Amino acid sequence: MNFVRNSVIPVGTVLIGILALWYVFTVILNAPFERDQAARANTTISTSQLIANTMAQERPVLPAPHQVAAEIRKTVFDISPTSKRSLVYHGWVTLSSTLLGFGLGTLLGILLAIAIVHSRTLDKSLMPWIITSQTVPILAIAPMIIVVLNAVNITGLLPKAMISTYLSFFPVAVGMVKGLRSPEIMYLDLMRTYNASKAQVFWKLRWPASMPYLFTSMKIAVAISLVGAIVGELPTGAVAGIGARLLAGSYYGQTVQIWAALIVAALMAAVLVSLIGLIATFVNRRMGARA
Amino acid sequence: MSVVTLRPKAKPMPQAAKNVIDVKDLSLVFETNDGPVNALSDINLSVDGGEFVSFIGPSGCGKTTLLRVIADLEQPTSGSISVNGMTPSEARQKRAYGYVFQAAALYPWRTIAGNISLPLEVMGIPKAERKDRIARNLELVNLSGFEKKFPWQLSGGMQQRASIARALSFDPHLLLMDEPFGALDEIVRDHLNEELLKLWAKTQKTVVFVTHSIPEAVFLSTKIVVMSPRPGRIHEVIDCNLGSERTLDIRESPEFLEIAHRVREGLRHGHSYDQAHL
Repeated sequence: MNFVRNSVIPVGTVLIGILALWYVFTVILNAPFERDQAARANTTISTSQLIANTMAQERPVLPAPHQVAAEIRKTVFDISPTSKRSLVYHGWVTLSSTLLGFGLGTLLGILLAIAIVHSRTLDKSLMPWIITSQTVPILAIAPMIIVVLNAVNITGLLPKAMISTYLSFFPVAVGMVKGLRSPEIMYLDLMRTYNASKAQVFWKLRWPASMPYLFTSMKIAVAISLVGAIVGELPTGAVAGIGARLLAGSYYGQTVQIWAALIVAALMAAVLVSLIGLIATFVNRRMGARA
Repeated sequence: MSVVTLRPKAKPMPQAAKNVIDVKDLSLVFETNDGPVNALSDINLSVDGGEFVSFIGPSGCGKTTLLRVIADLEQPTSGSISVNGMTPSEARQKRAYGYVFQAAALYPWRTIAGNISLPLEVMGIPKAERKDRIARNLELVNLSGFEKKFPWQLSGGMQQRASIARALSFDPHLLLMDEPFGALDEIVRDHLNEELLKLWAKTQKTVVFVTHSIPEAVFLSTKIVVMSPRPGRIHEVIDCNLGSERTLDIRESPEFLEIAHRVREGLRHGHSYDQAHL
């Protein structure tokens, strides 16, 4: 009952609001085309006919939600996942490079944070570069990474994953620096009275204390890893993946296809973020958090 | 001397070693943005094995700083100090003392048993013995049965008891306590004072105890060090021995009130000296 009251009702209300607004804009944005058609054929069109037509165009400016839903159903459930027209196939291509890039990025972020927390020199020298790295527009650097890695014969999954890594290490590094520095002075003094080694202070104090920061950062990192993977697919000549699907859709004006890919990408991100949230809840409970 | 339940048999009694702590002409100056602050000035003090010594004084008198110097958590600017005949740094590396902080400072992600296990893990004590010591020390502070609870599930007084058990778990001869009951209400504090006294009698530890409560100091101590601020220094050392079998009732006795009066006078005198100084 609590789940219904606290989650289903509020989220559902917003969803209904968005869908209603979406339908309104479908009519407004697609109506000019229908009026134009009617004018060319020298006929008039009734309002009800106009509204019905705006929701059934083949290449609408804004497809209606049910058109997108039908496209998703067709490309996810009806077409075999091995087919190049299946969204499951394209989704898996993107997901695999997202997960690889996210894994590498999280690892890199954690290692950087450990280095920064333990060395004043690295704190001063690395941190500005880490921040600068994120000011480079990813759209500009993504094709460069693909091209450079192709030149040294690294192709396929890894170049795309590198772009996800490039984006996702940042929130993890920044979050973990804060997390590893979060223990109070008293906790650190306590370790000093035990004459604990640096490694013991790390594993018994800094690391467990940083867990909440790690999971918060990982939620952000996994979402931008997906963005990175999609961006990485754009300059690969639109072979496979959600990015390729978006690019192909925009070449041929297949707006329904674009929206379907967009929604699937958003759903994938939501699932990934919730998965991390679930792991976080599990770990927190193991670590004695109040239920 | 008859009850030595916590001590490994091989080690000699600490009472044999006179002068567990020996401080000579010690000073500590903190450099702050507003200029140097004389936190401790010309401290001379010796603490014998088995004593219960309290540092009492108003805030800013350096009582916590002195305790932290003994624990090698602060470095003195000049003078000398020895703990168990060693420098504080060597003593710390030999794990000569257990430290109890103002707050319980239990790690929130560890259970009570896990928290008491922490120093034992750091010191590389095997698992079977850790289990043994956890049980023994929890019993000592009357917390048996709370092994699997997390710190937030315990009251403030119970948390502080757990932190005392943690400090005792690796069996140091010296116990340094920095206002351990300062954050607790008076009823709980009275109760814990009584328990601490029993614990001290049972374990024969040397205890250095920081407090700003006169009744607490008089009730617990064999020696009260009255300190005064700016610069932090020892104003007076008052001997205080109300016998080994003390209960809270003793606080109504003339002997108790007389010592309390002397401590209060000492504090007042130290403070007026401070006023004249200004």
